Amino acid sequence: MTEDGGPVRINGSPVALPDDPRVSLLDLLREQAGLHGTKKGCDQGACGACTVLVDGQRVLSCLALAVQYAGREVVTIEGLSEGDTPHPLQRAFVEHEGFQCGYCTPGQICSALGMMAEVERGVPSYVTADLGAATAGLDGDELRERMSGNLCRCGAYNGIADAVAETFAGRTR
Amino acid sequence: MSDAHDAKLVEEGAALARRPGRTTTPVPAVPENWAGVAHADPLSRGHRGYVGTPLARLDGPVKVRGRAPFAAEYGYDDLAYAALAYSTIPKGRMTGLDTAAAEASPGVVLVLTHRNAPRLNPQPGYDMSLRDPGIGFERLPVMQDDRVHWNGQPIALVLAETQEQADHAASLIHATYAAEPAVTSFAAALAAGTRPLEIFGRRIRVELGDAEQALAASAVSVDETYRTPPHHHNTIEPHAVTVAWHGDELRVHDSTQGVLHTAWTLGQILGIDPARIRVTSPFVGGGFGVKVLWQHHVLAAVASRTAGRPVRLALSREGVFRMTGGRPPAEQRVAVGADEDGRIRAIVHTGAYATTRHSPWPEPLSMASQNHYASDAFVLDTSMAYADLVQNCSMRTPGSTIGFFALESAVDELAGKLGMDPIELRLRNETATNPIGGKPFSSRHAAEAWRAGAERFGWSRRSPVPGSVRDGEWLAGMGCAMVSHHYQRRPGGAARIRLTADGRARAEVAAHEMGMGTATVQSQILADRLGLDIDRVSVGYGDSAMPGRFLAVGSSQSAGIGGALLAATRNLMDELLKLVRDGSPLAGLTLAEVGAVNGGLAALDDPSRHESYESVLARAGRAELVVEGSGEPPAEMANVSMFSFGAIFCEVRVSSVTGETRVSRILGSIDCGRVLNPRTAASQFRGGIVMGLGAALTEETVFDDRNGRIVNASLGDYHVPAHLDVPPIDLIWTDIPDPYAPAGARGIGELSSTGVAPAVANAIHNATGRRIRDLPITPEKLL
Repeated sequence: MTEDGGPVRINGSPVALPDDPRVSLLDLLREQAGLHGTKKGCDQGACGACTVLVDGQRVLSCLALAVQYAGREVVTIEGLSEGDTPHPLQRAFVEHEGFQCGYCTPGQICSALGMMAEVERGVPSYVTADLGAATAGLDGDELRERMSGNLCRCGAYNGIADAVAETFAGRTR
Repeated sequence: MSDAHDAKLVEEGAALARRPGRTTTPVPAVPENWAGVAHADPLSRGHRGYVGTPLARLDGPVKVRGRAPFAAEYGYDDLAYAALAYSTIPKGRMTGLDTAAAEASPGVVLVLTHRNAPRLNPQPGYDMSLRDPGIGFERLPVMQDDRVHWNGQPIALVLAETQEQADHAASLIHATYAAEPAVTSFAAALAAGTRPLEIFGRRIRVELGDAEQALAASAVSVDETYRTPPHHHNTIEPHAVTVAWHGDELRVHDSTQGVLHTAWTLGQILGIDPARIRVTSPFVGGGFGVKVLWQHHVLAAVASRTAGRPVRLALSREGVFRMTGGRPPAEQRVAVGADEDGRIRAIVHTGAYATTRHSPWPEPLSMASQNHYASDAFVLDTSMAYADLVQNCSMRTPGSTIGFFALESAVDELAGKLGMDPIELRLRNETATNPIGGKPFSSRHAAEAWRAGAERFGWSRRSPVPGSVRDGEWLAGMGCAMVSHHYQRRPGGAARIRLTADGRARAEVAAHEMGMGTATVQSQILADRLGLDIDRVSVGYGDSAMPGRFLAVGSSQSAGIGGALLAATRNLMDELLKLVRDGSPLAGLTLAEVGAVNGGLAALDDPSRHESYESVLARAGRAELVVEGSGEPPAEMANVSMFSFGAIFCEVRVSSVTGETRVSRILGSIDCGRVLNPRTAASQFRGGIVMGLGAALTEETVFDDRNGRIVNASLGDYHVPAHLDVPPIDLIWTDIPDPYAPAGARGIGELSSTGVAPAVANAIHNATGRRIRDLPITPEKLL
């Protein structure tokens, strides 16, 4: 099934698309590519644990059919650290207690990266007062609203917000 | 904590990681028969080492990289995937079960139903007496007959080459039923009559004095009914197992709060020696009471044996709702009577919850009122109403979360009637001894927690007049409530320590990490007990082959491991002294005369008489020394009443237009004994508070009363708190060691969640003048 632009690229490596069109991008990652860092929390697009970056945008991989991603560039949690050096956001999650059990964590981290790209593009959120502004910020409720698609049942929200805010401080002005 | 405080913790953590970690004071072994002796443990006497410092989670780097393996992530060649089909009636018999289409579906390996499942032994349920390590939550046969006991019971398992094939084939299973009359609502269950809750075969009813008479005679009283809905835990990781048989040995990769319990219970059901079942669970994606044994464990093991292939059975989110239970619905009466000066004279707390006839699990909601206010008279009792619904289960702070909602709402109502500040009312009813039974508390600093919290939160700025603070469409108010949870150390804890010639120590305990920071905190304790640097110790856990009977429930695990480790370190020091040779600085010293310091042992009265572990082992020609130790029976709970205390303060804003409640500030002021690690402890406190916010405002499992089927079986329809629902949560604690607890620490996993819902309800009353006695407090209730 590669006639529409070849395989999907995952963390820089090509991965063949599945024969079964029902396979989600999430299950392709977990069951065929052996990349278990992306988590299955609900398989219904409601919890955000499966969030990955596709061409820099955050995507719920459980709602994405793998066969639709030919030629696209997928980055998962495993693709964020360079060798043994973690991404600054990964380090910030440890320093700020941005998790307990760790299950929602990869999705939170990927989501935060995609969110920041949206902010930098000036994409408004539900709580954005000035919809016409060219850039958005993370002040007030913005960060928490924009991360609200990623549930954390352990309740590490304060730490996650602190980690994201610290990592991206200065990037929104 | 403020951001500045948090930053300070991070800085301290970094500094800690750099420092040698060698305390200058030798730490003696905890003597035998320590349990029940005040300050027997040097770590409860203010010893300064790693304990009490904000060490970052040792498993953090693995988790943030997505490299922590969870149960559904273990691969096997020839792995087959399972999916379940669920009943669609609440009670009756299957008259037909058509599996032909599923069996013919592509990729299907096996369809398992009651018709072809092998015969299994009955499920041993959770054993309240703790005699047997049972962890089954429904005493029902697993796929052994055509009976249906609830709407959502697994009726077939499909095994296929891929998950997609299994899911599709499971959708082709078709059952016909002969339905029987069923009780499918809490109201119907109550109407059919209740029966008293018994634990250990005894009613939990508590009667002291004549509470009804004292209530009637009280100058001021409240007498109200409080209702709470069913809840589901909704750990973000759904339940999952990957299982494989190697001959007669069963390997289970699980997500569980009880590795040994799961192995034992599976052994009973499958009829094999539990020692031939190895359950590992190194990471658990949230537990909160629900990662116990459910039918999927049994079905996966049976399917794997039948098909001769390794099997993965990961429940769907819907499956989690259908076949694992949560907190039951409850209806409670709380009446409190007091003198005009606020002295409480009577407390009546009675109520009922829904459960199944096959339930081993109690929800003792009236016990919430048992240990706190100094009242002359009590009537406390809990009863059960039988329903044909999914089995109820232990959920973070069983009994207390809903019991405290009723009690602490009622106390707030009483304060309003008295015209008294609700904190003042609570302080006037403080007690040094448990009002039931009269035992002294081991360490109770609730009043300090109340006062410090009120000061920090700015409670003096609260308007006592409900509905008097308005900001545009928003009505603002403050509320507070007590939190409390009992200390518990369960019997059966044991640990093994391996000290190697390079001077490193590794402890192993069959305990669990579900996000609490188990390995991190126990490593701190182990390092201090052995006088080792933190990077020279490690703690293994999550494996039924390791020592000890631990269940990560009831906020008991830290104390359980603590009791086991102090015994094992004592035994290690004792064995080391036996290896000491003439010429050693330690020669001639007895166990009582030495302590651990600077990577070895030293004389307590002369720390210069020191020999490192490497040296002791090298002189003795030993590559390693392995010892085990068992926790003593929990005698510390015999003569003193051991509880943690504290208070939740919150500020809410309620829209007068939509009825929406937003929580704008929260503070937890905690008295839990010694805080072993401020980072992980703060995280647990915050987590409990967040779960409490869900119970207060959004969470409810909704059953279709006609057929007992859950209608909101998804995370889209069952609303757990999201980022925007959670403001920065401030925390302070007394940090006063409990003289009777290992390392001076009482368990904290459930404490903070107990008082959140009433604090929110009380704040909403202060904001709006509306008293809501029915959770969750959704907008329509405030319009």
